[in-house]
Amino acid sequence: MKKFIPPILIALVYLGLFIWLPEAALRSSKVTLDYFKEMAFILPPVFLLMGLMEVWLPKDKIQSWLGNDSGLRGSILSVALGTLPTGPVYVAFPIAASLLKKGASVANVVLFLGSWAALKIPQLMVEVKFLGWGFAALRFVLTLLALVLMGTLMKAVLSRFPDKQNQEKPE
Amino acid sequence: MATIGIIYGILVIALVASLAKSREKTKKAFKVAGKALLKTGPSLLVMLCIVGLILGLLTAEKISSLIGSEAGPLATITAAIIGAITLIPSLVAFPLAGSLLRSGATVMTISAFITTLVMVGFVTAPMEAKTLGKKFTLLRNGLGFVAALLIALAMGVIL
Repeated sequence: MKKFIPPILIALVYLGLFIWLPEAALRSSKVTLDYFKEMAFILPPVFLLMGLMEVWLPKDKIQSWLGNDSGLRGSILSVALGTLPTGPVYVAFPIAASLLKKGASVANVVLFLGSWAALKIPQLMVEVKFLGWGFAALRFVLTLLALVLMGTLMKAVLSRFPDKQNQEKPE
Repeated sequence: MATIGIIYGILVIALVASLAKSREKTKKAFKVAGKALLKTGPSLLVMLCIVGLILGLLTAEKISSLIGSEAGPLATITAAIIGAITLIPSLVAFPLAGSLLRSGATVMTISAFITTLVMVGFVTAPMEAKTLGKKFTLLRNGLGFVAALLIALAMGVIL
């Protein structure tokens, strides 16, 4: 029952909008449709890539590249993977999840997701153009620093209080 | 468009390599992918509708008028919250931020908007929680919000 609550709420909000703010409702529907088209194109190949990763990438390799003992090289690799030009952040979640399952450390997954969302190279070029080098460079450095701290903190917290669904399932 | 090209390009190469090595494993990859897609599908649709709602209500003009040219902590906090709840493509967000900056918003306010925009994903949280776990999502976004405010503060002081 619980999973029907969000869709019903959303439908009600849309209905209300159509009655009271038809212009905004139209805009909302258009944006939703646009994003839907984008996702319909991007998500199937991304999930398939994730499936391939799941099947082919050896666990011990991921563990040694991105695991708890991967050190500085693991962090650099995570940032490099994240900054590649590859689409919106929701694409990164399934990839991050399968990296985590394969033994990448929480700190590296946070770095990967963070650089994916915040430090993308094409995005940085737009930022430089509209906000200037100083702004972009300073934000880059501070964000990277913050991600390292967040990753370390989250690793510590989640190793003591792990998420249920990320624990190894016996198969 | 370029993004889609890159993703499909990588996929084709990976698929050919995978098929060449083992049909069985490739089949299994399809199965894993289908299962994951079905599992996250509903929360994705919900996310889409929420994104649409928020962007339909919060147009660029609306955001400008909310953040405005006012200086001060209130404008910065407002900017941080707007950044956290919206999901705006950077091609739209950076020009908007640039014009706000020129019209008188402070560096602190603009960096709060940009950093929360990229580090906190309120609307993507349901999907993040489905794939990476509730605690992970809560911690990442919560800490991200705090970090974004600190970054904005530092940037306002330095620049």
